[in-house]
Amino acid sequence: MTYAIEGWFAVDADGVFLLGTKCAACGTVCFPPRNGFCPNPRCEGEEMEVTRLPRRGRVWSYTNACYPPPAPFVAAQPYVPVTLAAIELDGAGIVVLGQVAGLTVDQLEVGMELELTSGPLADGPLVWMWRRAS
Amino acid sequence: MNGVVVLGTGMHPWGKWGRPFLEYGVAAARAALRDAGIAWTDVQYVVGADTIRNGYPGFVAGASYAQALGWTGSRIASCYAACASGAQALDIARTRILAGLCDVALVVGADSTPKGFFKPVGGDRPDDPDWLRFRLLGASNPAYFGLYARRRMAVYGTTPADFAAVKVKNARAGSLNPMARYRKPVTAEEVLASPMVADPLRLMDICATSDGGAAVVLASESYARRVGARDLVRLAAVSTVTPTFPNTVLELPNFATDSCAAVPAPERPFRAAIADAAYEEAGVGPEDLSLAEVYDLSTALELDWMEDIGLCPSGEAEKLLREGETALGGRMPVNPSGGLASFGEAIPAQAIAQLCELTLQLRGRAGPRQVPNARAALAANQGLFGHGSAILTTT
Repeated sequence: MTYAIEGWFAVDADGVFLLGTKCAACGTVCFPPRNGFCPNPRCEGEEMEVTRLPRRGRVWSYTNACYPPPAPFVAAQPYVPVTLAAIELDGAGIVVLGQVAGLTVDQLEVGMELELTSGPLADGPLVWMWRRAS
Repeated sequence: MNGVVVLGTGMHPWGKWGRPFLEYGVAAARAALRDAGIAWTDVQYVVGADTIRNGYPGFVAGASYAQALGWTGSRIASCYAACASGAQALDIARTRILAGLCDVALVVGADSTPKGFFKPVGGDRPDDPDWLRFRLLGASNPAYFGLYARRRMAVYGTTPADFAAVKVKNARAGSLNPMARYRKPVTAEEVLASPMVADPLRLMDICATSDGGAAVVLASESYARRVGARDLVRLAAVSTVTPTFPNTVLELPNFATDSCAAVPAPERPFRAAIADAAYEEAGVGPEDLSLAEVYDLSTALELDWMEDIGLCPSGEAEKLLREGETALGGRMPVNPSGGLASFGEAIPAQAIAQLCELTLQLRGRAGPRQVPNARAALAANQGLFGHGSAILTTT
């Protein structure tokens, strides 16, 4: 299976994980993963370790795209509104945006628990997505 | 004190005219020069706010305007800061005047925009978050506005009817503004019946993309007095601050916030910090304002901004709105120009257009939109990737 982006998420026997980085010096976590130096302006750290982010979190907010988004997005034919959710990851102090699989905006609520999965874009490659927590 | 004053303002009406951006910018510049009562050849410094959707002339807007107006040998600058480009351009001119390096400067911004959602600019760039957010998520600008709006509903109990009331208020103000693109009053029913775009926001909750131009002539106070200018409006502050780490609000075009796990979130979130820096620089507080222009990319965002600029505590913007306090005739009119709801986005022109409205109001020349005895006014705005923008003017 092709990933729509390399190095941002991983799929293995344990499930789907977002790949962030953690500063070895101050512990600041980042997504997307970054190289080089820490974004914390008071940290001199230059060692960013790839880390698996928590797979679950709570909905900070959500929305949808009622009209097909412009290129480079590839819209499904016929078009089904894309649902998006911003999730506060458990214990990571970070909110991550993603498409939502299998839920419409009418089925979402702020504060609801979701977990990570993956799913295909309309032209095939996989991206990370959120789904109802099991 | 020899401060910086607004000597003249000019605009090209907003619309979807489909003509080159230079036409709008030059028209606005010539109007500003006429208003200032000076000749183009008197201008010592020109700053162009860039547009990135109009080819090379847009990336070097300062030179493009200077050439179109006729080369005079004046010094120039061109700058881009997304929606904050206008504020950045104003700040460059203001700083140069304050440094004593020139007495009078022209600041111009104009845009010609394509139809529909803004797309990422310039080919396949898989290392650019602005390209990737479309590719991976289909996250257009209204998607982010939708996230903020839904969050507000969940946290403060705001309703779609509140959002519609913002549009009704701004459309009414816009109907009185000859420079606005949309000049028809609307009803709440019309807003609530318009098609859903990015739930919970409907078409009439979201600002359009427009063509338009705005320009101002800035001068040192001594120059203004020398040319006999009256009704001086002082440019008391321009805030161009960035966020403080960790920024815990999901900003366009990002995939995630900064993490607050290792470093606690700052006391003042980014949007509030933008206005706060302007207040501090001007020595003026929100209680001193007569009116405010805020960046109503969506109806819901106007409510967020009201709190961010300190007009009321968090969660109380709806109360001011419902009581009519932010409408023309209210205690603290917000977006008396009609706001983006009536104008639409013309990115590099927007912050300059905000200053045009502040100046008209403080000079008492806003016609049927006039806020009585306007003495101090703030305009706030925010550019993609963390460009803050706020302007504070006083009489």
